[in-house]
Amino acid sequence: MTDFDEYGAYESLSLDTDDHRWAFGTGFADPLAGIDVTVPAGVDAAALARQCLALGDDALIYSHRLQQWVTRAPELEEETALANIALDLLGQARMLLTRAGQAEGNGRDEDRLAFFRDEREFRNVRLVERADADFAELTARLLIFSAWRLAVFQALTTNEDPVLAAIAAKAVKELTYHRDYAAGWVIRLGDGTDLSHAKMQAAVETLWPLVGELNLGKEADAALDAVFAAATLTRPSAVPAATVAGKAGRDGTHTEAMGYILAELQSVARAHPDATW
Amino acid sequence: MVTAYEAAAAVPDPELPMVTIADLGILRDVRQDGDTVTVTITPTYSGCPAMREIAADLLRRLERAGYRHVDIATELSPPWTTDWITAEGRRKLAAAGIAPPGRARPAGPVPLTLTRPPVSCPHCGSAATREIAPFSATACKALYQCRECLEPFEYVKEF
Repeated sequence: MTDFDEYGAYESLSLDTDDHRWAFGTGFADPLAGIDVTVPAGVDAAALARQCLALGDDALIYSHRLQQWVTRAPELEEETALANIALDLLGQARMLLTRAGQAEGNGRDEDRLAFFRDEREFRNVRLVERADADFAELTARLLIFSAWRLAVFQALTTNEDPVLAAIAAKAVKELTYHRDYAAGWVIRLGDGTDLSHAKMQAAVETLWPLVGELNLGKEADAALDAVFAAATLTRPSAVPAATVAGKAGRDGTHTEAMGYILAELQSVARAHPDATW
Repeated sequence: MVTAYEAAAAVPDPELPMVTIADLGILRDVRQDGDTVTVTITPTYSGCPAMREIAADLLRRLERAGYRHVDIATELSPPWTTDWITAEGRRKLAAAGIAPPGRARPAGPVPLTLTRPPVSCPHCGSAATREIAPFSATACKALYQCRECLEPFEYVKEF
């Protein structure tokens, strides 16, 4: 048997000249390395690229929003949860953006897509752009987003593109845990004190106009209704947020928050596009 | 000479060094074609940052074992499940004070669940435990505490 303790896995990193750590400029490793990434015959590559880009952008931007809670969450346990959820979504974003670049066929990799596109080229829904006003909004949005994304990915597990189907099958397990974590908080706060109930109801009302853009299916609807009922919350009936000449997030039309997110997300990569360290 | 499989299977998980990637079911395949070895690994969670550390460690250990040409391939399908953790892996986890997972939820529609599966304390065996946090130091674990011996412990979530 080989000696386990002579050097740990992390120690071997310092000896590794080809550093794969996750920071811009350290040399990314392709998250789909070794997988057959040929787009199967009969699959519309352009449509596949658009679909992967939209779902990847949702995950990338929402992950960024969740990461902003790190060092600011009310308790260490919740901070750990939010960081882990953000990490899962970032992993999904990396694979989906990589797949989008492959299907597109113009040689753009995940870095190119994440750091060097302008606001109008992003295809995420507007729900993920908002800055959370409080913990009620944070957990309500996480519930809505996870329940919706879970249903979307469940359907994608049988997609005709085997790579997208595999990414989806993996994500389904993660999203289930995210949804159930968020549901726990929505119920605890919704069915809590008068103050927590009022704040949770207000959070759901605030977010609801952005839900129209998601096209919630039957399953996501049912999951949300079950949580709202357990949380003694009233399902909002707010009208969908206005579009701009019929365009919304999926068309590249975003809220004011999006520019600030991209400024933070992209500034280092854009200022030092060839940086390595 | 150590076989390529033996060298690959000895790689410890960076976050759970008491178990190997073979114990965890992360190591999917080791193939030797002439002097080229292809090692296939699968990520536990989509964002698992340990994948790169594992790949780096695989390259080093195989090189030390005399295998110069090593390719590391990723496999996504079927997705990793805690059901692939071997009996030996579960024993090692429990011996290190980490409760091993129960059986994973089967694929298919996922009903909303607000209760956690029962977890036994890896220290005293009591079934009277409570969840402290649904996530822990790594994505694959949750934090629990035993109501009998009061010890906090980590638990590898069914996945």
